[in-house]
Amino acid sequence: MNAKQLNEMNITQVLFWFLSILAILGAILVVISKNPVSSVLWLIVVFVAISGHYILLNAQFLAIVNLIVYAGAIMVLFLFVVMLMNLNTDSEPQKNRWLKIAGVITGGSLLLVLVAALKKADLKTQIAETNLGDIGLIHNLGMTLFHDYVIPFEISSVLFLSAMVGVVVIGKKD
Amino acid sequence: MPINYYIFLSVALFCVGVAGVLTRRNAIIIFMCVELMLNSVNLLLVAFSKMQWHALGAGNPDAGMNAQLFVFFIMVVAAAEVSVGLAIIVMMYRNTHSIDVNFLNRLKH
Repeated sequence: MNAKQLNEMNITQVLFWFLSILAILGAILVVISKNPVSSVLWLIVVFVAISGHYILLNAQFLAIVNLIVYAGAIMVLFLFVVMLMNLNTDSEPQKNRWLKIAGVITGGSLLLVLVAALKKADLKTQIAETNLGDIGLIHNLGMTLFHDYVIPFEISSVLFLSAMVGVVVIGKKD
Repeated sequence: MPINYYIFLSVALFCVGVAGVLTRRNAIIIFMCVELMLNSVNLLLVAFSKMQWHALGAGNPDAGMNAQLFVFFIMVVAAAEVSVGLAIIVMMYRNTHSIDVNFLNRLKH
């Protein structure tokens, strides 16, 4: 891509391609890195890139929730468990090489089938609007959440309580 | 942006997650790849929710908001799921001193 084309692309497209490449590269590095700690760190990079996509789509509430819940809480939990188990010694037994190749071929075939099925779909005129629109702002989402979705919101608190009880029961020593 | 690009990005992330689940043996990495697939689907849902500007222009101000709340509830359920799953993995490690998924095939016998 030369400089003239780069000038013609606006900043949204540049950010879109940057975040997409960052996300896919991070995802591949999650899978291929040997050390589990660096896998966790690359997964944080992927989640930050996806949060950037949310900001680009003007879904700011989901971007912040994704950043706090996933890149913050969940990945810290993963990192904590990985470091607790002392796995960073390359002690992972290697799978059979043919099984690895078969796994990669299976994933690639799925990618091929999905891309081939979606390539001909008539979606060229469908535009996801970036950096405008206000349905993703916290005011509107909060109004809808606490008017129409109060019952699921309260039920999710029951889900959290039961998850907490389950974790304590599972993690208890006998 | 055209919706095609978001669809192909999500498909690529999902397939990387599938390949990771199939190739790795470490239970934590498999779990992380499952989270990656979950997030690619979330990204696609948010992109679809921003595709509703026809309905927004036609005077329906709530178009697409349900999708974002759906993603919010997916994140809520995923947080609970991760906590329970990691507790199971820790218990598994405590009992067998390994998190190799090929070692844990006793249900087969």
